[in-house]
Amino acid sequence: MTTPLMTARDLRVRFELPAQGLFQKPRVLQAVSGVDFTLMPGETLGVVGESGSGKSTLARALIGLVPASGHAVWQDGTNLIGLSPRRMLKYRSEIQMVFQDPLASLDPRMTVGQIIAEPLLTHRKDLGRDEIRLRVKDMMDRVGLLPNQINRYPHEFSGGQCQRIGIARALIVEPKLVICDEPVSALDVSIQAQVINLLGDLQRDLGLALIFIAHDLSVVKHISDRVLVMYLGRVMELAEAEALYADPRHPYTQALLSAVPVPDPVLERAKRIIPLRGELPSPMNPPSGCVFRTRCPRAEALCATERPELQGGGHLTACHFPGALRPEELSKAG
Amino acid sequence: MVDTQQMRSLAARLAEPEVRGRSPWADARRRFRRNKAAMVSLFVLILVALFAIFGNQLAAWSNEEMDFAVMGQAAQLGAPSFANGHYFGTDDLGRDLFSRTVQGTQVSLMVGLIGAGIAVIVGTLYGATAGYVGGRTDAVMMRLVDILMSIPYMFVLILLLVMFGRSMTMLFLGIGLISWLDMSRIVRGQTLSLKNREFIEAARATGVPAWKIILRHIVPNILGVVAVYATLLVPLMILSESFISFLGLGVQEPLTSWGALISEGAGTMNYGTLWQLAFPLFFFCITLFAFFFVGDGLRDALDPKDR
Repeated sequence: MTTPLMTARDLRVRFELPAQGLFQKPRVLQAVSGVDFTLMPGETLGVVGESGSGKSTLARALIGLVPASGHAVWQDGTNLIGLSPRRMLKYRSEIQMVFQDPLASLDPRMTVGQIIAEPLLTHRKDLGRDEIRLRVKDMMDRVGLLPNQINRYPHEFSGGQCQRIGIARALIVEPKLVICDEPVSALDVSIQAQVINLLGDLQRDLGLALIFIAHDLSVVKHISDRVLVMYLGRVMELAEAEALYADPRHPYTQALLSAVPVPDPVLERAKRIIPLRGELPSPMNPPSGCVFRTRCPRAEALCATERPELQGGGHLTACHFPGALRPEELSKAG
Repeated sequence: MVDTQQMRSLAARLAEPEVRGRSPWADARRRFRRNKAAMVSLFVLILVALFAIFGNQLAAWSNEEMDFAVMGQAAQLGAPSFANGHYFGTDDLGRDLFSRTVQGTQVSLMVGLIGAGIAVIVGTLYGATAGYVGGRTDAVMMRLVDILMSIPYMFVLILLLVMFGRSMTMLFLGIGLISWLDMSRIVRGQTLSLKNREFIEAARATGVPAWKIILRHIVPNILGVVAVYATLLVPLMILSESFISFLGLGVQEPLTSWGALISEGAGTMNYGTLWQLAFPLFFFCITLFAFFFVGDGLRDALDPKDR
């Protein structure tokens, strides 16, 4: 068995918010509370969840943009969490990130060539000017941009092209892992497909591992090997993509999946969805026991007192009452 | 076969001539050129600068010579005339006002530009550092600015000049000390709004050190605001220098500045030597107006919100 590229154990991120009163304790927001997963080389891990479930914070913790605690152990046995900036630098070329807003993630005052070259300038100081330019052009060609556009500025490109620039910037240092934080949610649907297919192709060619964050379940299904479902900073379900979509065990996953529109009006009209009542509870004051119990159709007394552990063989679920969808939980879609 | 073909097409694409991009600066330059008032003002400023640089070549008299034929009879004989070479007339001591105005222009422009230059360099770096680093460092750095700001600077400047003697270095020191405070506040505010943008995050994620992020990403992106503020700062510097000189505390004879010349001219305006006031005042006014119009034009050109 190959060693995993990254093993996360009990990964936590907490933010301290300023106290409301002068003598009150600062309030604590637990954005990610104890996430575990392993990631194999070349694998794609999809991460889904509602807004505010801690997906993006998880990504930022893995890349060291927000302080975290716990373990995220890299292939060579180093825990990346809490590493000094100097020691982290070595791993920053191995882990790169693609951001959500294509235009905002590019410096408007820099040319495309300068933007894509920035990681190279940071990590490969041995390369000469011409070599860097050649590599940038080569990478632009790989992501489907015309290399002769190297001197253009981000505002001269469309959203999809900007995201290609972002991908080129991430891949130029030949990373082993690329974290994509909702890379397509700001793009048109037709462009989304192009960018996702590009990511898939590049992944195959370069042997990349991807952590793919999205709130669009069908996008995640298309690209992921395994899918991790998050709710309020915790993992609800983690399984092979096929298994998860065919047989969701956790009521939250079932609710999410039931809300995915079907591109067939007849089926769509007959479809039943599981209504999720209410809002996401505040992560400053999460519910006791199972964090999903306040909105769960299966919640019982046990759920309020005891937090379910993530368990199961290949298909991990954090629920006291996992299992297939029950008929009484369905309601006709309005 | 396919591979060689692909390689060949790749090579062809890589060898294609590069398209020139249209940078945000080029866009701003185009918008600025369309602004007539700003372009005229820029032209005026260039003329004033040329006057300061090459004026001495045109002058018939040096600024140190006294015309003894005119001395003491400035009101009768010192009026502007081409015949005796005093294009702008003379002052009461018979010194050529043209070359004195050239000298005053040089000094005033230098004070303005150096004052604004200090403000731009110190204020930008200070504000960007405070804003980017944030937290306690930011608090300490900005409280220091608050404290310096609370000092009535004109009072301190006058005290400095009185205590340590009137000299150009003292004047630069005094003006330099206070000019960067506002700039650092503005820059800090801009930095705070930039700091959490994704492109800064992207640079941090790839491991670019903080000082490089400040210089490579933050400073170029706030340079528009800085440029606008700097052009508005130059006339303010000139004004405060003139004020000091008007009080008689600025530059020392034989050096002079617009403020000193205006002060002298205002002192003798009742004796029929109005030109002694008019010429320095004319240069003073058109320069200030031109700087304000250029600053205004720059703001329109660089501010993305008005597009």
